[in-house]
Amino acid sequence: MPCDIVVCMKQVPHPDYLGKILLDPARGTITREGVPAVINPGDRNALEEALRIREKFSGRVVVITMGPPQARKALEEALAMDADTAVHLCDQAFAGADTLATAQALACGIRKLGHFDLVLCGDATIDSGTGQVAVQLAEFLDLPCITNVEQLTFENGRSLLAKRIWERGYVRVRIKLPAVIAVTDKINQPRLPTILGIMAVTQKEIKNWNAADISADVSQVGLSGSPTRVFEMSQFHAGRQGEILQGSPEEVVTGAIDRLMKLEML
Amino acid sequence: MNSQAKDRSQVWVWAEHYQEKLAKVSLGLLGKACELCQQLGGGEVASVLVRSDSQQLVAELIDHGSDKVYLANDTCLSPFDTELCTYLMTELIQSHQPEIVLWGATSMGREIASRVAAKLGTGLTAHCIDLYLDEVSGRRQLVAVVPGWGGNLTLKIICPHRRPQMATVKPGIFPPPQPRKRSGDVIPVEVKDRSSRLDIVEVVEERDETASLEQAEVVVVGGWGLNSLGGFQAVNELAQVLKGSVAGTRPALDAGWIPAERMIGQSGKTVAPRLLVTLGVSGAAQFATAVLSSKLILAVDRNPQAPIFEMADIGIVGDLQDVLPLLIDRLRAINR
Repeated sequence: MPCDIVVCMKQVPHPDYLGKILLDPARGTITREGVPAVINPGDRNALEEALRIREKFSGRVVVITMGPPQARKALEEALAMDADTAVHLCDQAFAGADTLATAQALACGIRKLGHFDLVLCGDATIDSGTGQVAVQLAEFLDLPCITNVEQLTFENGRSLLAKRIWERGYVRVRIKLPAVIAVTDKINQPRLPTILGIMAVTQKEIKNWNAADISADVSQVGLSGSPTRVFEMSQFHAGRQGEILQGSPEEVVTGAIDRLMKLEML
Repeated sequence: MNSQAKDRSQVWVWAEHYQEKLAKVSLGLLGKACELCQQLGGGEVASVLVRSDSQQLVAELIDHGSDKVYLANDTCLSPFDTELCTYLMTELIQSHQPEIVLWGATSMGREIASRVAAKLGTGLTAHCIDLYLDEVSGRRQLVAVVPGWGGNLTLKIICPHRRPQMATVKPGIFPPPQPRKRSGDVIPVEVKDRSSRLDIVEVVEERDETASLEQAEVVVVGGWGLNSLGGFQAVNELAQVLKGSVAGTRPALDAGWIPAERMIGQSGKTVAPRLLVTLGVSGAAQFATAVLSSKLILAVDRNPQAPIFEMADIGIVGDLQDVLPLLIDRLRAINR
């Protein structure tokens, strides 16, 4: 039985450049100049899993993202990795969304897509890392959801057995389709786009949908649909400047041990 | 009659437990909940406990600060069934209207909290490193401090108009308070919604949580600087001498020196040991936010400009090849 899958994605700053994101104290905004944007790493695992399921059962893989115009690049890369089509939810009305408002917009977009069997997401993004969107999306789609999934087994095309990780081990959970599943980076090794895949991108469709297109209630999305507010941002400082010991190895080791003993750490 | 007003200033904690033991993160949250209650100018701390008839767990929750324990001891309710837990919690919150609800940012806690927030249409702030009450825009509200963009920035987040105000906190951020004998009310809760779309087939325990990184008194963590020593051997030795646990940074994980559950950082574990020793760790923000609550940090790195020295209590500037063998020898001699 074919399985139609929607993969949710977010474009994020390149992980190696997270340290270069600085606060502009005068304006209270962040500067990400020179910081390249990539598909959130966990979302690649979600897409890879979708592609593997498609190889086995046939069906379509649609990638969806909500983001500014430049997020289109992430969708193009996903298409190059072999997704069938893409949806870009792009509207000023979506800006400033917290997890709840993001999930609302994604839910509206996915509903408009019509039929699907499975929604796959990465477990958490590297920039904000809440891991909340997949679960809240499931709530708005009125579907069951499992997160932290590191193995997915199809049982008969209509139900899944998921191995979800918890602090002390794992839990096996059976879930009927349709469902929302958030996967960890252990589930697979995502493929790279191939030259053929890259060439095929221009033949594929990227739908551009705004709030009206997906019948989103503008009071439920973006900043106005977000119950939380960031009211202050500051550059992180660990700020516990202690004593720095320099000198010969002998001196510094003796110095450190003396201090540890004085503080009753040994 | 006055229950509505009284309920308004409740601070709730979702109490996680497994095999008759409460999760340390939940006990830590109770300590924080008590502080928040004081800042609220009174009010009550309550915990919600599911699927347990253990008098001991109830007593422990009370002794750690709960004034009330909502107890849903129903055999249909598995703490691993996040759907049933969501239904229960949503209904309880709707009928008692607590001001604040806190959850451990655990595998299950995170999932239940997210779904409850969506059902209630309220805000949920993830992975807080601090929580306090403050006057913001003329109103006393919960301020949640979270690391953003890999820990590089610190954000303060509020939930101005919706209630309850909800937050998740990773294990290792708030230490459990000192328990003291006190009394509290146990309120039995009936589970009304019993139909779940999740079928929990099996629960497997592979690791003992008490042996986990978050519980360790001493943690020795190695970073990319160990490359000069060709790997993690010295970290293991030092950890052994200090009777501590071994951990690593993201680069150490990428180098294959440690398994994923031993990685400290924003995308890994958060620790708050009595003593944290860092070896060849530069101290990027995403690492820093995950060790902030450590009592004492001793750092060894060759680069005196490394940010790790801005967060260490004792810093040793030197080459690991020279410093580490000597440090291990000396500590061994002390142990003898």
